Amino acid sequence: MSQVQQAASEAAINQITGDVGAWHLVCALEDIWPNMGVCALLEGRQVAIFRLQDNQLYAMDNYDPHSDANVLSRGIVGDLGGERVVASPIYKHHYQLRTGVCIEDASISLKTYPVELRDGAVWVQV
Amino acid sequence: MNQLTRVVVVGNGMVGHYFMQELVKRHPDLLAANLQVTVLGEEPRPAYDRVHLSSFFSGSSAEDLSLVEPGFYDRPGLELRLNARVGHIDRHQHTVTLTDNTVLPYDKLVLATGSFPFVPSVAGRDRENCFVYRTIEDLEAMTAAGKTAKSGVVVGGGLLGLECAKALKDMGLDTHVVEFAPRLMAVQVDEAGGKVLRSKIEELGVHVHTSRNTTAIVDGATARHRMVFFDETWLETDMIVFSAGIRPRDELARDAGLAIGARGGIAIDDFSRSSDHDIYAIGECASWNDEMYGLVAPGYDMARTACAHLTGETTSTFQGADMSTKLKLMGVDVASVGDAHGKTHGCRSYQYTDEVRNIYKKIVVSEDGKKLLGAVLIGNADEYGTLQQMTVNEMALPENPEFLILPASDGKEKPGLGVDALPDTAVLCSCNNVSKGAIGEAVAAGNCSIGAIKSCTKAGTACGGCVPLVTQVMKAQMVKLGMTVNNHLCEHFPYSRQELYHLVRVEQIKTFGELLHKHGKGMGCDICKPTAASILASCWNDFILKKDLASLQDSNDYFLGNIQKDGSYSVVPRMPGGEVTPDGLIAIGQIAKKYNLYTKVTGGARVDMFGARVEQLPNIWEELIAAGFESGHAYGKSLRTVKSCVGSTWCRYGVDDSVGLAVQLENRYKGLRAPHKIKFGVSGCTRECAEAQGKDVGLIATENGWNLYVCGNGGMKPRHAELIASDLTKEEAIRMIDRFLMFYIRTADRLQRTSTWRDNMEGGLDYLRDVVIHDSLGLGAELEAQMQHVVDNYQDEWKTAVNDPEVRKRFRSFVNSQAGDSNIVFVNEREQMRPATVEEKRSAKVIPILATTE
Repeated sequence: MSQVQQAASEAAINQITGDVGAWHLVCALEDIWPNMGVCALLEGRQVAIFRLQDNQLYAMDNYDPHSDANVLSRGIVGDLGGERVVASPIYKHHYQLRTGVCIEDASISLKTYPVELRDGAVWVQV
Repeated sequence: MNQLTRVVVVGNGMVGHYFMQELVKRHPDLLAANLQVTVLGEEPRPAYDRVHLSSFFSGSSAEDLSLVEPGFYDRPGLELRLNARVGHIDRHQHTVTLTDNTVLPYDKLVLATGSFPFVPSVAGRDRENCFVYRTIEDLEAMTAAGKTAKSGVVVGGGLLGLECAKALKDMGLDTHVVEFAPRLMAVQVDEAGGKVLRSKIEELGVHVHTSRNTTAIVDGATARHRMVFFDETWLETDMIVFSAGIRPRDELARDAGLAIGARGGIAIDDFSRSSDHDIYAIGECASWNDEMYGLVAPGYDMARTACAHLTGETTSTFQGADMSTKLKLMGVDVASVGDAHGKTHGCRSYQYTDEVRNIYKKIVVSEDGKKLLGAVLIGNADEYGTLQQMTVNEMALPENPEFLILPASDGKEKPGLGVDALPDTAVLCSCNNVSKGAIGEAVAAGNCSIGAIKSCTKAGTACGGCVPLVTQVMKAQMVKLGMTVNNHLCEHFPYSRQELYHLVRVEQIKTFGELLHKHGKGMGCDICKPTAASILASCWNDFILKKDLASLQDSNDYFLGNIQKDGSYSVVPRMPGGEVTPDGLIAIGQIAKKYNLYTKVTGGARVDMFGARVEQLPNIWEELIAAGFESGHAYGKSLRTVKSCVGSTWCRYGVDDSVGLAVQLENRYKGLRAPHKIKFGVSGCTRECAEAQGKDVGLIATENGWNLYVCGNGGMKPRHAELIASDLTKEEAIRMIDRFLMFYIRTADRLQRTSTWRDNMEGGLDYLRDVVIHDSLGLGAELEAQMQHVVDNYQDEWKTAVNDPEVRKRFRSFVNSQAGDSNIVFVNEREQMRPATVEEKRSAKVIPILATTE
């Protein structure tokens, strides 16, 4: 059993519940390369999780409403005017990683999720 | 205008068509403006570019020369009749009668009948293979005759005559020019200039005979014709083209009793009206103040004036024209400004002659030395824009005017025009009447590249002579508006793509982190990251999914496939030159069937397989690799395909092995990352079935080798490729393409196709040819070596990806599940699957997706 799997089974037992939802162990930090994203399937939801170069993690919906496709985890991350963003690979809309707000259309805001790094593992609350 | 006005335009040449463009610009809805217009053209095709007629012989087709946008004459209220010749005007009845006896009534008549070529009355001028040079039909007849001819003579050493000589030279004939006057281009050029021009033209292998008056054309002994001259000397030749000037087509007007100018031509007033105020005359058929103008710009000016007046505006008038010209005759710059001959009383001139390089320059200044009156430039016309503007705008001369034409020396700055000194009314582009003020407005409206200025104002789109000046004005205007001429890539890098390329190359930078640390700020973005990835790949060609490069790639590059609207990918295996074995096709079919992929043959002559989910990609590639395929890089800003016709191997018309060369080229340049995608075409003969002239790089086989075309484009803004070199061996062609592509990669902007790169290039095709073919920057060997490095470091990205477990692991829809994306769903259409629409997804009439892959 790998460390992560071990942690997962422990997590299943010690599942912490919060106001919004349950915390889920998603993957090891190494499973996300720096400055990239992955997508996790959590309680039927597609959640994009990004790891930036300073190991800061962000989680938001993987669904890009502008293209009607589940693609945001495959976008390029970076910053615009100091605000960290991901660019959708379909029509290049930018979403703030911190808030989920779309830069080009502030009326659209994606759901973001609490995400934590615990002992080398990535946890998300859904 | 409340009542319907019937307008008949006689003539659909350049000026007649321009008149219609002006009219439509003023009244896009002709009927709403109560206008009903009939345009009569006697030729079988609508207006085409007569100025660039000789390009017909260097590869342009009649379609390329057309000036008419598709559908232009299809609008309501407008009718174009071709093959329609007017025989008679009845001014009393207000009708015109066609030669087929059709009678058309008019309220306003516009005569744009142009001119006809003057043929001196020489005995034997009607013999076979004697031509004039005016219409596309003339050119077609010349081409046919040229096939069996060995030599050709042009009678007339003026502007058109020399153009025509170029045509004969392009046809491979031993070419002679016979001129009545003692020098070439007697109208535009003075004696000393004519001498330099002559030796330039003779350097190109054209024989020049001046002061020759032809008296008869008879049977020749060694060729079809013998031309006998006044002094009883003679010259034998297989074909003769008369290009000894033009005469106005004023016969209709004469018959109708309209006033005629002293030297012919329909007399017009400042509104371009003839002596009958319901009849206008414009272009070469018109005579204003007893002057006729054989250039297109004054014709356009008359068309604008007539159009304004006809639609009720009486403020714009025709006031004569500046006859300054700048052209390239057989590659030789020739320019003439204002009073080139120094006929003004008391004027004085400065001259500079360089007999080594055959350059001649002269300026004519006023008696008091304060104003420039005219100039002649032969062999190098760099100063044309400055001198022309100084003359036309009567600007003050600098203290030592001779420095205007002397070569710069001792580090002394050449006195420039200083575009700020130009008034806003100064016309920079006389072909399309674009003023400095109009360029300023275009810049203020956000057009900040020469390409944007061209499409917005039309400046520089006809003869192109004004482009350097327009560029100068554009830049000055941008500075004035406080727009730093900012070519920064994005907020993270204060550099252009070209500068970043240079930094990466010179400092041997291998990662984005290093580049950002040394030259940028912040974290980067979806502009600079893929740009840097492309530059790093062009320079070093490392595997693009290496850990420090992967995060820079656009989704397409990152997944080595093309992302589609639903987030699925398409897979395109390479088929070099469009060649594929039956086994290869079967394998593709079986793989597509197994993974339920939609298949379509692309425009690039290969098969595209759609609808693959991320987690399926490595498995599909593995099977394609096993069947002998590799990545087609359909996802990259890189070489896509080399399209080819079947060539001499099979085709009965084929001249060379186009498929063989296409395969070789595709294999050489596959995987090459560039500022944008690159497409090639290779045709085995001039029928051009591979459409090579619509590609970034095109090769066409001829009897003497390969002709190389560059910077063509289909797509959004079609652009015909231009011939950059002829008669190359395969090896020469490859070296030139190496240089061309690397020069493009080095200097283009991000996402700039070769066509826009070329449109924005100062110095145009000549500059590009100098750099690539003549190696004027001494970069040739370096560019070739850089290309060789890329070629030597090619790898199949699919193979590297499937064989690297770390990379392969990244190809999954979910990091924590083997499931596929349930939003990717398909429905059936024409016996294949396609993505379901949003409505179909809701109604759930969809094909359930495969749960997981093995």
